Amino acid sequence: MSVRIGVVVFPGSNRDIDAVNALRIAGAEPVPLWHEEASLDGVAAVLLPGGFAYGDYLRAGVIARFSPVMRSVSAFAADGGLVLGICNGFQVLTEAHLLPGALLRNRGLRFVSREVAIVAERLDSPFTRAIEERGPLRMPVAHGEGCFYADEPTLDALERDGQVLFRYVDPDDGRVAGGEDDRANPNGSLRAIAGVTNATGNVAGLMPHPETAVEALLGSDDGLGIIRSLVDSAAERSAGGRPVTVGPR
Amino acid sequence: MSPTTEFRFAVNVTPKPGILDPQGRAVEGSLGHLGIEGVSAIRVGRRIELTVAAPDEPAARAVVERLASELLSNPLIEAYELESLGGASSTTSSAIGASW
Repeated sequence: MSVRIGVVVFPGSNRDIDAVNALRIAGAEPVPLWHEEASLDGVAAVLLPGGFAYGDYLRAGVIARFSPVMRSVSAFAADGGLVLGICNGFQVLTEAHLLPGALLRNRGLRFVSREVAIVAERLDSPFTRAIEERGPLRMPVAHGEGCFYADEPTLDALERDGQVLFRYVDPDDGRVAGGEDDRANPNGSLRAIAGVTNATGNVAGLMPHPETAVEALLGSDDGLGIIRSLVDSAAERSAGGRPVTVGPR
Repeated sequence: MSPTTEFRFAVNVTPKPGILDPQGRAVEGSLGHLGIEGVSAIRVGRRIELTVAAPDEPAARAVVERLASELLSNPLIEAYELESLGGASSTTSSAIGASW
């Protein structure tokens, strides 16, 4: 029986179908979770997809944070449940304080929609364990507010504690991207950070879209390892008898 | 039920000092096209105006404080200031001209 993974659907989500497709390819059973429902329907992990939840009004991700489903996701995460946020989902997780930092407007002032390359900083996380090599992994970005920001002490702590999960790199030689003038860094993210985890390692977010890089026919399947990692980790945890049904508190 | 009065506030949200502000920089970059010199340190924020019904001004202010810190601003990157726009808005004229 395949593991059930929730895909949260906010008004304005537009990559939810891609997430559903990617989870199916990775062998999971995707379960759509409507933002007004507090129930997580007993899923073994939660994926927050890309899009423009609530129109990105006020700040990207902030209004989604207060939806009934996010209260349940917060409780689920606090209990050690696996949560992955992609693009807008990453923004929602930072606004909900489930992940450190903030995502500012791209420093280059443009909405950036193109392929980038990232490397996984570690291969022992629940979100990267099925990746065979660190990278470069090629996948698209499509965002206007993806510049990862945290203050210097926080950045140092994230690096020290192994919470930097992905960095933008040059697609050709794997060199870590420079600052905003480097095309390899699409949004000017500090220290070229493309994705992070929380301190306990069960919540992660990234700006690039692994879920739309899961079929070689469509340009790249480099994202599949990330989706497969989530699926494998969720399957392992639900088989291990960990609590996978968490209601609202 | 205790009587309530309506209080009008503005919340001015701005990027914290030192935080990157690409919008401010874009605006600054356009000044040359206008032939304007000597303008610098442009920071672009947002202003939210709202009315709160509460027993008194401190109670209304407490509600706005919570709203400002939890929803209207992200304390990590933004600062906010409350601005009182005056008391009862039962008559339309009272809110006009206050603190402007």
